Amino acid sequence: MTTGWVPFARRRALRFLTSLWVLVTAAFLMIHLIPGDPVRESLGLTAPPDLVAARRAALGLDDPLPVQYWHYLSGLFRGEFGTSLISGTPVGSLIGDRLPATVQLAVLAFLVVVAVAVPVGVVMAVLTKGGRRRGGELAFTSTSVVLAAIPEFLLAVGLVSLLAVQLNLFPVAGNDAAGSWVLPVLALAIGPAAVLARIVRVELLSVLGNDYVRTARAKRLPSRLVYVRHALPNAVTATLTLGGMMLAALVAGTVLVENVFAWPGLGSTIVGSIQQKDYPAVQGIVLVYGAGVLLVNLVVDVVLAMLDPRSTIREA
Amino acid sequence: MRRLTVLRSPVGAASAVLLTVLLALAILAPVLWGDRAAAIDTDALQQGPSADHLLGTDQLGRDIFFRVLVATRLTIGLALLATVIGVVTGLVLGSVPSVLPRWAARIVISGVNIAVAFPGLLLALFFAVIFGTGTIGAVLAIAFAITPSFARLTQTLTASVSGRDFIAAARVCGVGRFRLLTRHVLPNIAEPLVINATLAAGSALTAFAGLSFLGIGVQAPSYDWGRLLGEGLNRIYISPAPALGPAIAVVLAGLAFNLFGEAAAAGHRQRSHRATAVPATTSSAPDDGGLLTVRNLHVSFPGGITPVRGVSFTVHNGEMIGVVGESGSGKSLTALAVSRLVEHPGTVTADALEFGGKPLDRTPDRELGTRLAMVFQDPTTSFNPTKRIGRQLSEVSEVHQGLGRVAAARKAVDRLGAVRIPEPERRAKQYPHEFSGGMRQRAMIAMGLMGEPQLVIADEPTTALDVTVQREVLKLLATIREDRSAAVLLISHDITVVAQTCDRVLVMYAGRIVEELPTDELFTAARHPYTTALLKAVPDLDTDRGAPLAVIPGRPPEPGEIGRGCPFAPRCPLADDQCRTEEPELTDFGPDHRVACWKSETELAGVR
Repeated sequence: MTTGWVPFARRRALRFLTSLWVLVTAAFLMIHLIPGDPVRESLGLTAPPDLVAARRAALGLDDPLPVQYWHYLSGLFRGEFGTSLISGTPVGSLIGDRLPATVQLAVLAFLVVVAVAVPVGVVMAVLTKGGRRRGGELAFTSTSVVLAAIPEFLLAVGLVSLLAVQLNLFPVAGNDAAGSWVLPVLALAIGPAAVLARIVRVELLSVLGNDYVRTARAKRLPSRLVYVRHALPNAVTATLTLGGMMLAALVAGTVLVENVFAWPGLGSTIVGSIQQKDYPAVQGIVLVYGAGVLLVNLVVDVVLAMLDPRSTIREA
Repeated sequence: MRRLTVLRSPVGAASAVLLTVLLALAILAPVLWGDRAAAIDTDALQQGPSADHLLGTDQLGRDIFFRVLVATRLTIGLALLATVIGVVTGLVLGSVPSVLPRWAARIVISGVNIAVAFPGLLLALFFAVIFGTGTIGAVLAIAFAITPSFARLTQTLTASVSGRDFIAAARVCGVGRFRLLTRHVLPNIAEPLVINATLAAGSALTAFAGLSFLGIGVQAPSYDWGRLLGEGLNRIYISPAPALGPAIAVVLAGLAFNLFGEAAAAGHRQRSHRATAVPATTSSAPDDGGLLTVRNLHVSFPGGITPVRGVSFTVHNGEMIGVVGESGSGKSLTALAVSRLVEHPGTVTADALEFGGKPLDRTPDRELGTRLAMVFQDPTTSFNPTKRIGRQLSEVSEVHQGLGRVAAARKAVDRLGAVRIPEPERRAKQYPHEFSGGMRQRAMIAMGLMGEPQLVIADEPTTALDVTVQREVLKLLATIREDRSAAVLLISHDITVVAQTCDRVLVMYAGRIVEELPTDELFTAARHPYTTALLKAVPDLDTDRGAPLAVIPGRPPEPGEIGRGCPFAPRCPLADDQCRTEEPELTDFGPDHRVACWKSETELAGVR
């Protein structure tokens, strides 16, 4: 299309790869930064020394650091994440088992966030434009501030107590029945939806003050077209930037929510692994979460560039 | 002083009270109720809420309510400790780049940029693995999870301050880089940093509760709210109170920090507003039926501000009328009002506001969209940056003329060609930022030509353009007027632009028309002292280049400042007591010539 695309793609890909390399290196170093011997830590003080030595050798921890780093990197390229210290199974297959449940939960929650927050934000912006309906604005803002301030795992506890235990509407835990999706998704979605609705409203209001919106009105377009066709795409830039950060935070939020609902995803696995000091498993899962976040950011930037051609020139 | 303004807002005051209560609890609760929280009662294991135990008891029969109260100290203390460590580390990481050599600064900055992309909880989990599970590990984990965002904030704020004049001045004076940072930069960004630290403390508190809840934070026998919550959740089937108690405590404390931070931030942003009252005045003018009839038009805003005060004029078919005045004279608002584009909270009233013989507010959009064209001042901002030019033109025909997408696009290309944009097919597919300023303004005119305009309202159409392009745009407007016999209302602060192109001139001052006359009489018969002063301020070839340029002394009044009398009186060489107490009406002075001035023709002739 325009000349901005090629340099943009090159710059963005470079940033993604650098971040990925930093992430992989950090995950590799994690085991070495732990004070003391990770194997001894993991197996406990009572473990016989020859077992510890055998495990160390099996993990390659006795090799020089650069050699270990090389083995780690080349293993990752072959899709090998190492072996769990506790169960002895490959971490890769552990992740393969648990990842889908987490991804489904995060994606569904994000869809709910967007489906609720964008219309609510747009409607609130239109209703409170130019200082109209102060009372409605105040009610909306304070509700969203309070909802956004409640951390997702506390919301989860509240939802469980009210809707699952008291009213017995939904299952308390697990992901077997369709109804068991409702509470985890709600717990994840309510806070971000409140934040996003507020952002959409503020962004749309600031866009509505622009000259090109006046132009659109001067063309006597129906107000529906003015808002949806002319104002909304321009509010998308900031909304999506913040929305991307929120999606990344939502990925992290699944860790806590999964633990409340005993959701069979990566989040409950990583916490168990940290408590059991199963370092290779933690290493692998951290890598997956981190890569997920980087991927989300990349997708957001590419979508932004497609929606607003000027963003390919920016930040150069 | 400024810190106290936080308390004046209801949210700020409420959250301040909540914070004080929390701090008092943190200090006093372990002293007052430490024993009761630790008392083991084997007769009352895992009870539900009762009069004796408000939130029930735990598996050792200890009272959960008192345990929640006592846990305030550890919870708040750890959250504050983590915040302080995180903020200080972030401050260091964020400000060292300005004292480091360039290559090292780049490494620090890109490291921060990468880390900031990861959510805090993930960073906290990562560090929790390294530092081990337990209280100290969790404090460090949360501290380092806060660090990147604070480093980023410090960088941004430092960069914004570094560009200011006083920093440049200090640098010129030879102040060292370290001293510059500590003495000049940091004090100037302290307030936003403190506000964000308050917000960070709120999230540190909830994050800590999360870690303890997961069993990675505080370990038994110590307990904080998160740990109590985790213990309570196991029994939520039997009794919700042991889980809800600590959960509510976390939410309240988190809200207290967040709301206090938000209120402080709002106080930081607040700007003072001022408003003054204006006496209402009216004027009337004779007119006959024209294309656009405006009689006694007022535009006002809340607070008694009325920037347009009783404007009356008529535009006939095919006529080109200029409206001149300084900025703030109300000319642009007049243009917006007659095109029905003034938005809430502005209100428009008029005895008559008619377009094509019909009241403007009853003219359907379809008619206005095709018969009334608008050209705005800044073509850069007046096009939607996310839409192709052709699309922005063609939608007019799609919406108002029922054309299909293809036919409308073809018409857009045709109109772009009509305003002499080269290669209109290719140009129609481009975005506004790929057009030059003059070309954008011509495209804006082409947008007006998508319909069959009878009136083109051009609000400072050439102000944002350079002189050579100005001529083209004015010529284009003149051509449209000839070819389509459309009337043009040209608004400009430049009296020479109006003099070159228009048939008739309306001179506006302080929200009113002070003189209306044919253009060819402008240089010979202008009467109002303001008009003559405007004309004198225009340099021409005979102007003595050694003498300073003529200016009108003083400044025009703000819409809120207009009081009794002629608003121009303070700047007028002829003003007398009558001028200062009574505002003159616009009255006939000759054929097609109206003036709002108390002075007689002989007196006025004297100042020319």
